[in-house]
Amino acid sequence: MTAALLTLADSRLPAGGHTHSGGVEQAIAAGVLTDPASLALFLRRRLTTSGAVAAGLAAAACRAVDDADVVAALSALDAEADARTPSPALRAASRQQGRGLVRVGGRAWPHPAWAALPAQPHHPLALGVAAAAGGLTPREAAAAAAYLSVSGPATAAQRLLAMDPITVAAVTARLAPEVDAVAAASTDGLPAAADPLLDLLAEVHTARKDRFFAS
Amino acid sequence: MPPDHNLDDYVDPYSPGHRHGGPLRVGLGGPVGSGKTALAAALCRTLGAEYDLAVVTNDIYTTEDADFLRRNAVLPDDRIEAVQTGCCPHTAIRDDITANLDAVELLESRHPGLELVLVESGGDNLTASFSYGLVDVQVFVVDVAGGDKVPRKGGPGVTASDLLVVNKTDLAPLVGADLGVMRRDADAVRGGKPTLLISLREDPAATEVAEWVREQVRARALQEA
Repeated sequence: MTAALLTLADSRLPAGGHTHSGGVEQAIAAGVLTDPASLALFLRRRLTTSGAVAAGLAAAACRAVDDADVVAALSALDAEADARTPSPALRAASRQQGRGLVRVGGRAWPHPAWAALPAQPHHPLALGVAAAAGGLTPREAAAAAAYLSVSGPATAAQRLLAMDPITVAAVTARLAPEVDAVAAASTDGLPAAADPLLDLLAEVHTARKDRFFAS
Repeated sequence: MPPDHNLDDYVDPYSPGHRHGGPLRVGLGGPVGSGKTALAAALCRTLGAEYDLAVVTNDIYTTEDADFLRRNAVLPDDRIEAVQTGCCPHTAIRDDITANLDAVELLESRHPGLELVLVESGGDNLTASFSYGLVDVQVFVVDVAGGDKVPRKGGPGVTASDLLVVNKTDLAPLVGADLGVMRRDADAVRGGKPTLLISLREDPAATEVAEWVREQVRARALQEA
């Protein structure tokens, strides 16, 4: 555990994460997320699907920085991310967050690999490169991705439902062993877990005009 | 330089450097209902023929202000971008400006000759202010109907903005606000920076504010030269 990992996973890192709810805004609108118990269920479901996918991609991108052909390796991973993200709205949200992380990460941790990323890369790829540039391991890149898959959405629920922030912090903290388990299990592969509910929520959400969050 | 030094020793690794070229970015902030969108619309009408310009809106709900600008046919659709602020309009203009930078850069790439971008914040409170990573200068808009004590209450918008606009002076007699007090209190906390007392109802062209913006555009052009 290093300070670079804490920086990367800090919600205050200005990479645009605060404008994304990870499906929470639409889950609330649909009535499937209403209280701390349903928030915990939603976060666990998100962690083990899109969180696992992001963790695997982030670890692989971190590793790809040492590849003989970094550009080709990252480009292939970007296509793998597309293949694991059937929802166009979620692809756009991921690339938007990737772009934001490249902007701050490139300044925070200068490294030649930033230039090897495709334009507006998927967020986990930017996360993997940021981890490598910050001196972190693929396992740590996966940990950051897994943690971010629940921390941002938890905050969004707190804001939208005016939930007790201490309760929300407890919900997130108690997921820690599962976050670690997902990160560990995703580090050496590319999980392809899918969740049609998250895809559907994202597609309905993006068509709305009355939304607070970008996704 | 000494032979054992290289250029990197003289470059500040943290500095983004001066942003060369590109439009002047003007932040418009202030409390809900003070007239930010009305001012943006007025500036578009007055300056739209002089400058290649565009607007970014930051609404509580996504498109209210953008729709207002479109409805009033002030600007074509492709010159207005609305940003979602995740329930935190304040965060989006100061603490994490990513979404706004994306919107500004999108407008700049769509209109390469852009000279002026207005970034209108979502209605917030007296503590709202823009990061200078996002805008070059910022205007803070308050209104007379909020009470003549507002400039005295201060906050970064009132004290540190590059221009303070006190709007709705036409309402002063109706709400018992003393414009002299507002002027005096603002001058006392602004360290010589300008304050304009205006009424967009009486002057829909926002003549004085538009002239201030022209001065900023000229000043930036001189800096670039």
